[in-house]
Amino acid sequence: MGAYILKRLLSAIPVLFGITVIVFLIMAMIPGDPATAILGSYATPENVERLNRHLGLDRPLWQQYFIWIGNLLQGDFGRSFALNRPVLDEILDRFGATLILAGTAFVLCALLGILAGVVSAARQYGLADKAITFVVILGISIPSFFLGMMMILLFAVQLRWLPASGMYSIWGGGDLPDLLRHLVMPAFALSVVATGVIARLSRSAMLEVLRQDFIRTARAKGVHERRVIWGHALRMAMVSIIPVLGIQAGFVLSGAVYIEMVFQWPGVGRMLVDAILKRDILLVQGGVVFVAACYVGFNIIVDVAQAWLDPRIKT
Amino acid sequence: MGAFLKLLFRNRLAGFGAVVLGAIIVLALITPWLPLHPPNATVTANRFLLPGTPGHLLGTDHLGRDQLSRLLWGTRLSLAVGFAAAVIAGVVGAAIGIIAGYFGGRTDNVTMRGVDMLMAFPYILLALAIVAALGPGLMNALIAVAVVNIPFFARNIRGITVGIANKEFIDAARLSGMGHTRILLTEVLPNVIPVIVIAMSTTIGWMILETAGLSFLGLGSQPPQADLGSMLGEARSAMITAPHTSIVPGVMILLIVMSINLLGDGVRDALDPRLRSGALTRPLPATQVARKSVPEVPAKPGLLEIDALETQFHVGKRVYRAVGGVSLELKPGECLGLIGESGSGKSVTALSVMGLVASPPGVITGGAVRLEGRDLVGAKYERLRSLRGDKVAYIFQDPLSTLHPLYRVGDQLAEAILSHHGIGRAAAMERAVKLLEDVRIPNAKARARSFPHELSGGMRQRVAIAMALANEPDIIIADEPTTALDVTVQAQILALLDRLRRERDVAILFITHDFGVVGQLCDRVAVMYAGRIVEQGPTREVLEAPAHPYTKRLIACVPELGEGRRVLAAIPGLPPAVDALPEGCAFAPRCEKATDACRAGEIALESHGGRKLRCIHPEPAPVEESA
Repeated sequence: MGAYILKRLLSAIPVLFGITVIVFLIMAMIPGDPATAILGSYATPENVERLNRHLGLDRPLWQQYFIWIGNLLQGDFGRSFALNRPVLDEILDRFGATLILAGTAFVLCALLGILAGVVSAARQYGLADKAITFVVILGISIPSFFLGMMMILLFAVQLRWLPASGMYSIWGGGDLPDLLRHLVMPAFALSVVATGVIARLSRSAMLEVLRQDFIRTARAKGVHERRVIWGHALRMAMVSIIPVLGIQAGFVLSGAVYIEMVFQWPGVGRMLVDAILKRDILLVQGGVVFVAACYVGFNIIVDVAQAWLDPRIKT
Repeated sequence: MGAFLKLLFRNRLAGFGAVVLGAIIVLALITPWLPLHPPNATVTANRFLLPGTPGHLLGTDHLGRDQLSRLLWGTRLSLAVGFAAAVIAGVVGAAIGIIAGYFGGRTDNVTMRGVDMLMAFPYILLALAIVAALGPGLMNALIAVAVVNIPFFARNIRGITVGIANKEFIDAARLSGMGHTRILLTEVLPNVIPVIVIAMSTTIGWMILETAGLSFLGLGSQPPQADLGSMLGEARSAMITAPHTSIVPGVMILLIVMSINLLGDGVRDALDPRLRSGALTRPLPATQVARKSVPEVPAKPGLLEIDALETQFHVGKRVYRAVGGVSLELKPGECLGLIGESGSGKSVTALSVMGLVASPPGVITGGAVRLEGRDLVGAKYERLRSLRGDKVAYIFQDPLSTLHPLYRVGDQLAEAILSHHGIGRAAAMERAVKLLEDVRIPNAKARARSFPHELSGGMRQRVAIAMALANEPDIIIADEPTTALDVTVQAQILALLDRLRRERDVAILFITHDFGVVGQLCDRVAVMYAGRIVEQGPTREVLEAPAHPYTKRLIACVPELGEGRRVLAAIPGLPPAVDALPEGCAFAPRCEKATDACRAGEIALESHGGRKLRCIHPEPAPVEESA
């Protein structure tokens, strides 16, 4: 297992390399030169040139890339000109909030999705199956930002059960119950689409597994149906569910952008949108690379979990 | 095409999706000719009018613009953008996929590596990065959404192209001197276009959702032009005071995406033959029962009596009579062989005993299965479960697929015990190891920690036998337990079964298609053909003097060492389909002795001493054959 984890970690290196290249190339497409963008159109040519040299922008593209990546590796993501502070500091300040939101949403969608899928498959064509199928179709079709807005209208404005936005109350908040009250709506709104996708997949994976011979064996030896479904069948179905969990984690992580906007959640997503609107290129670049790298890391965890769950995978 | 549409609309949800989507598209197309207010005409006096206000059916927004007009124009824009993004992503992705798949080798490797890199990004993040570089704007949002979807198309189309590129007609085209471009355009492309179109139609929903999302964030369409996403984005600040301005565009996005999803699902289902035949149904915990009458219980019940059992498969309107009135009896400690070709209904008979026939489509439609006088057909699930594996245990054919691939064999054995005896895990594990020793698995303690794929075929079948023995059952039903094994292992397994039977006095119902195996193990044998017993009797007698022509031919199929003189004769023809059984004897079409009487009507199974026979032209007593 240790060797497999190491192998998987090593295989992430070219992926990370590819990601930085792609982000770098995308950012290099920006029309006009960044120095003018930073200094504004009234800047003197001398100032523009000085800044270009300072940023290394007068060098060939590939040299710029290696300078950039060298800095990244030393933890230097550059400086956000709009916020006038190091990019990495800003990202780290914000990332915790995103992690809490996306993490909660991910746990929600995994649990609810698998639960719904298994129940749906076990009661195929029954009332529960039809109800779940309908809710799932609705769930994967509704834009998360619209759902979030409607939830605010209902639960915050009409019923006044939950706070409408933010992560903590401005006065007297800051403890865990306060955070949870703020977290409920955004986490749920963020999880809905992924829940639907996971539920659908779990249902078909379960149907596929339930037809297999070893399920008949389990039944033939007198294993209780509950255990056949939630033990034997689900255990096997997880082999095809887990990779999808990995993919959905990516959707949840990046879908947080919308939810953070709707609920004024102080995370990386909102930071990115603000940075794009302010054309704060280094902040966008750093933020995208950082989140993508986290996602690559998460996928390694997913693969290791898969190998641990399925002994047939050569570790 | 007609059949496809019929299938599609039989799915009511898909039909609903098609109608809603059709209506929305038509509305969007005729918008310029509808008597609407200009979508961008601001009338500050009319801010936030409620829906239903005369002249403004859906009210007005924060600038007093007519919501209905803006909604229709916005829908038009959103649909167009989503469609354009799908076409761009589809065309570019397909081009990449076709080239990578067709040329293979280095081209394929490099391209697909790049595609993998793009897929390593969380999706929306990549779109954000592209918009960040190009700057906010609807065209740029469209490009971003198209680009992030290209890998999806490239990967799918590549897979299909690889399959096509290796086909003979491509080789033929190449040999005839066609250039790569021509082959790609005239031979490959026509074959992948349907896939591209389907992939596009199923992804267009995402594309609309994603561009709406970017517009919602203010990164897509810029005011005053508005698509549905930016309408929603602009309305957000007034969400609490004038919720209708948010609800109107939001519901429209929901309707569009949902109808596309419903339609897409319908299309996929209509095209997937597996779903069409209803094969993707899961078997219930016990076979369904629909008996019109229940046979009377005899005064002196035996161990196991299968009494006029009828099991059918109901697939659509078709009825397959897999078992058509089979009666068998098993005494304690006896081994009864049930023999027949594949499809004769012998396995279904065996599985019917404990309600293990996959259902749907299986239904037990008649007869009874009595264990010590009590009927199992239609028994409550809990009673059936408590008997399964405890009183009646099964051994199945292919131990690789019948053991759970992800559980250790020791755990699977222990589970069999724990399902019936609350003796605690440690004790169950100990007994599991003991069982493995009983079936002669060397180093049982270590083997208990193995997974099935780590064992050989013979070992796996020993594990399956150990599992059947776990609760010391009265009856073991062995469904072709040696068929998947090679001959030497087969002999070992048979010897093991024989020893266990004599040591433990357990009755065995042994199902096989091989008379050689029956001769080695069984006291009695029943021959099955097309769902019915055609002959039954003590093994020796039946082997030496088969009375039914079918039995005779079946025995003639077994090669025997040292008897080279015998003619090894396959039976001509095939067994009849059990959804169209002929009148009279089912074997008549393949039987050289068949007469009109054979095809005329029901032929009864008649007893002659210890033997039973269903034939009006029995074979004569054996005469020494000569070649």
